[in-house]
Amino acid sequence: MSSESAYLPEVSKGLTLMPEQASAFAGEIDALFIALVVVCGLLTLAVFALIAIFGYRYRAGSRVDRRARFGKAADQRLELGVLAVMLVIFMGLFGWAGSLYLEMFRGPPAAMTLNVVGKQWMWKVQHPDGTREINTIHVPAGETIHLRVTSQDVIHSFYLPALRLKRDVLPGTYREAWFTADKPGEYRLFCAEYCGSYHAQMRGKLVVMEPADYQRWLTRQGDSESPAVSGADLFQSYGCSGCHLGKQGVRAPSLAGVFGRAVPLAGGGTLIADEAYLRDSIMQPQKHVVAGFDPIMPSYAGQISEEEVLQLIAYIKSLDAQERATSPAQDPTQGGALP
Amino acid sequence: MPTTPPPTESGRVADQFDDIDQQREANLFGMWLFLATELLLFGGVFAGFVVFRVIHGEAFAEAAGHLDLALGTLNTALLLTSGLTMALAEQLVNAARRRAALAMLLATLALGAAFLAIKAYEWHHEYMERLMPVLGLPFEYPGKHPQQAELFFNFYFALTGLHAFHMLVGLCILGVLAILTWRWRDPPRIARQVQISGLYWAFVDVLWVVVFTLLYLLRL
Amino acid sequence: MSVSTDPRWPSEHYLKEDWGLRGWLLTTDHKRIAWLYLVSITAFFFLGGLAALLIRLELITPPGDLVSADTYNRLFSLHGIVMVWFFLIPSIPATLGNFLLPMMLGARDLAFPRLNLLSWYVYTLGGLFTLAAVIGGGVDTGWTFYTPYSTLFSNSAVIAAVMGVFIVGFSSILTGLNFIVTTHKMRAPGLTWFRLPLFVWANYATSLIMVLATPVLSCVLMLISVERLFGIGIFDPALGGDPLLFQHLFWFYSHPAVYIMILPGMGVVSEIIACFSRKPVFGYQGMVISIMSIAVFGFVVWGHHMFVAGQSLYAGLMFSFFTFLVALPSAIKAFNWTATLYKARIIFSAPMIYALSFVGLFTIGGLTGIILASIAIDVHVHDTYFVTAHFHYIMVGGMVTSYLGGLHFWWPKLTGRMYSELWSKVAALALFIGFNLTFFPQFLLGYQGMPRRYHEYPADFELLNVMSTLGAGVLAIGYLLPLLYLSWSLRFGAVAGGNPWRATGLEWTVDSPPLKHNFPRTPRVTEPAYAYDPTAD
Repeated sequence: MSSESAYLPEVSKGLTLMPEQASAFAGEIDALFIALVVVCGLLTLAVFALIAIFGYRYRAGSRVDRRARFGKAADQRLELGVLAVMLVIFMGLFGWAGSLYLEMFRGPPAAMTLNVVGKQWMWKVQHPDGTREINTIHVPAGETIHLRVTSQDVIHSFYLPALRLKRDVLPGTYREAWFTADKPGEYRLFCAEYCGSYHAQMRGKLVVMEPADYQRWLTRQGDSESPAVSGADLFQSYGCSGCHLGKQGVRAPSLAGVFGRAVPLAGGGTLIADEAYLRDSIMQPQKHVVAGFDPIMPSYAGQISEEEVLQLIAYIKSLDAQERATSPAQDPTQGGALP
Repeated sequence: MPTTPPPTESGRVADQFDDIDQQREANLFGMWLFLATELLLFGGVFAGFVVFRVIHGEAFAEAAGHLDLALGTLNTALLLTSGLTMALAEQLVNAARRRAALAMLLATLALGAAFLAIKAYEWHHEYMERLMPVLGLPFEYPGKHPQQAELFFNFYFALTGLHAFHMLVGLCILGVLAILTWRWRDPPRIARQVQISGLYWAFVDVLWVVVFTLLYLLRL
Repeated sequence: MSVSTDPRWPSEHYLKEDWGLRGWLLTTDHKRIAWLYLVSITAFFFLGGLAALLIRLELITPPGDLVSADTYNRLFSLHGIVMVWFFLIPSIPATLGNFLLPMMLGARDLAFPRLNLLSWYVYTLGGLFTLAAVIGGGVDTGWTFYTPYSTLFSNSAVIAAVMGVFIVGFSSILTGLNFIVTTHKMRAPGLTWFRLPLFVWANYATSLIMVLATPVLSCVLMLISVERLFGIGIFDPALGGDPLLFQHLFWFYSHPAVYIMILPGMGVVSEIIACFSRKPVFGYQGMVISIMSIAVFGFVVWGHHMFVAGQSLYAGLMFSFFTFLVALPSAIKAFNWTATLYKARIIFSAPMIYALSFVGLFTIGGLTGIILASIAIDVHVHDTYFVTAHFHYIMVGGMVTSYLGGLHFWWPKLTGRMYSELWSKVAALALFIGFNLTFFPQFLLGYQGMPRRYHEYPADFELLNVMSTLGAGVLAIGYLLPLLYLSWSLRFGAVAGGNPWRATGLEWTVDSPPLKHNFPRTPRVTEPAYAYDPTAD
């Protein structure tokens, strides 16, 4: 294959009628799907059967009574009756599907957060302890995993069929997803949104492991810096610390403890400093200027990768904890990856 | 061009119509529909602008301050006056007052041309101030929010350019009408053409009022 | 029997004289313009079909071995752009609609004949731009032109393709405008709104969508072009823009565009089923209300293309809700067509086989639309082959089938000739079988999780892909056969006479081929549409 292709892990499965279920939620989706197929199948069958029956019985040559038995009013009642029945069926399906959808996006408390960055044509993953992977994601079984996904370039779509999970991945935006994979094994990861030449090679695998195996796997990966620690280095090397931690002659707001707080803006109003806000402040500093400061910060757009932005955000979040004199590596906001 | 019926007092009826009333109604109705599509064409850009005006309120208001309100207002006045002269032209053609109608058409033409001249001057001015972020031209913005201002000026040039293009089409139509009125061959037909063109001109007027409000008036 | 001796062959008709280039390229006769369109869209159909065939051949094996990834991406983009904008959208309105609408209304021509000719030239110009894009290296964005890929990343002839689509949009605006004015102002005496054939209603509703939605598409394509040319940032997140805004504007047009593609087909099928059942369409008023409500509700469901794109949860739920609602009128229509067959006198002619195929395939396409509207399922199958299969059931199973049905139904009127009965039935059946074989496996692939627009795929999807490709072969026979025997009939077909199907409707009251101005004198209408009686005969 072409040399441009990244490492492409292959997961081979046999052909089955229903795809594998790696989570309980996948089972719930399949239940709804089977119900839909049954309802739609019966309706389709009814249409085909009626066409066949009428087509045979009322074919041009046959001798049958063709005089209309019902009046126009009866026809209309029949039509409205069909309409009402369909409405009831459809609304039932809508309610069922809608409630599953809300459940999917409700965001249960998660054991750990993985940062995922899509770029042409690979998936880059970073675990809470700093371990990095490309096109493969190892997760412990039975634990709720929180994903924060974004894109470095064009729109991708993060798709795990075995979990019935999909999120479009947009540049400049953080999307979230949650899943709890119950069954250890290897599952496919696809990019589902067309993203250019090697879209079809933007594939990977999800490896669900027993929690103990996952721990062993993590240790085997050797020491790696947690995102917050890497972020601290970046904070120095990109020159952020010159303004944002300088004590005297303050030109820029201090970032200690800023995460999660309301920030007053120069244009009036306040904003909660969440991840999206921090990202905007790095990439488009003019967008939300903090009250009392001049808009002098340069934009880092184009100079800094999405993974580095995520690490900086992790560091800034850890500054909150530093005030309480802990080290960034054990930052509680990063989730209990090291139980 | 259909050939059969000779020109009559009420003007030529095209082959496909039964009578002149049907033809006039069809033509008017067609023009209204065309204007509806035009409205939606602008509507897409307007909707986009309004979305960003809400998101980047302060920056857009500030950027609007860099437009010349005086010239914009003058242009609005010119265009509204041209709407009046066009309406008068329509009445005068109906009353078969050829010379007066011709004068009004020419006045409309002149007002429209003046509008475009002023618009061109404004664009030139923005070009000199390096506020024209198109075709890779340098964009140097003195205010606080250069990025959002660039977006604002993108919209400014897209909207005023699109509008100016419609003005240009309108001026061509007016030119043809003026020639037809000068020749005065088939007055009822000219009356119908002036009526329909008047609709278009009025529409371009109204569009400008919206463009003017969105771009010039919503400032700090 | 030769033409000169058959008394049913008219001495005067629209095809008789003016066979020079001028007579065709400068004609304002709606019937000749319909032929211009017919020839052009057939050419584009086979171009798009060729691309589809290459796509299917590539997918017959899991690795990408026939063409390179870049070529494959250009192929499916070409297929989508050509099929959607240069075949499906103009197909029925610009050919059958152009030919029949004035005749069904009892008019001598459309309200603006020269505008009608202009719209064909605009279409051709747009087509040339698109061909230029193909020759200039092709375009690889897919027919959806999603930003920021199309504006910042793609190294292909995006501008030429976008310009082509932009231009062809004006062609459908002009056609729509012409149809609306004609329907409003040029109906024959006695032809009230509720006596109009459903084909006219369907084209009227289609025209409304063309006129109201296409400008928004033009606007968004214009913005794409200036963004790519001049580097402005309306859709670029790095410059403060928003790529989702593009998707909203794009689908605001392109979802109603689906109804542009299917509504005229519904009109055609209603005419055919009524004629070959010898029975009025069941629930005429319900059909009219359905057509109009599909046209209106079609404007509020665009967000169902964006369930996983990142719109808010509640927007997603609202769009899902409206999508379920818009399915109701379609369900009513399928029911009414089926009910029309009850106590009918059914003749299984080729047009009828096409029409009944349409009802079946459209039912499957519509109901799988319900599965997709179920928002939690869509998260799983969005952008997979399930979606591909679903919209092909609507667009090919629905629109192409009904287009071919309509072409067979009115072919005697267009040409004055009959085609081979046997071969036409073979072709209709080949279409039905080949179509199902091609696209049903894709539903299974989609639920298995195979994403769309994949040049290569994991090995266990192979069996279903092979089935799909084989089906495409059968489908190709279903397309090529009509091309052959219809062309053959132009010269050698039997003389059809004014009304070979004994159908109602003003177009059948005159000779075939009709006069230049359709009617010797303006007809007068005294009864509702579809005055058939199944108990007669």
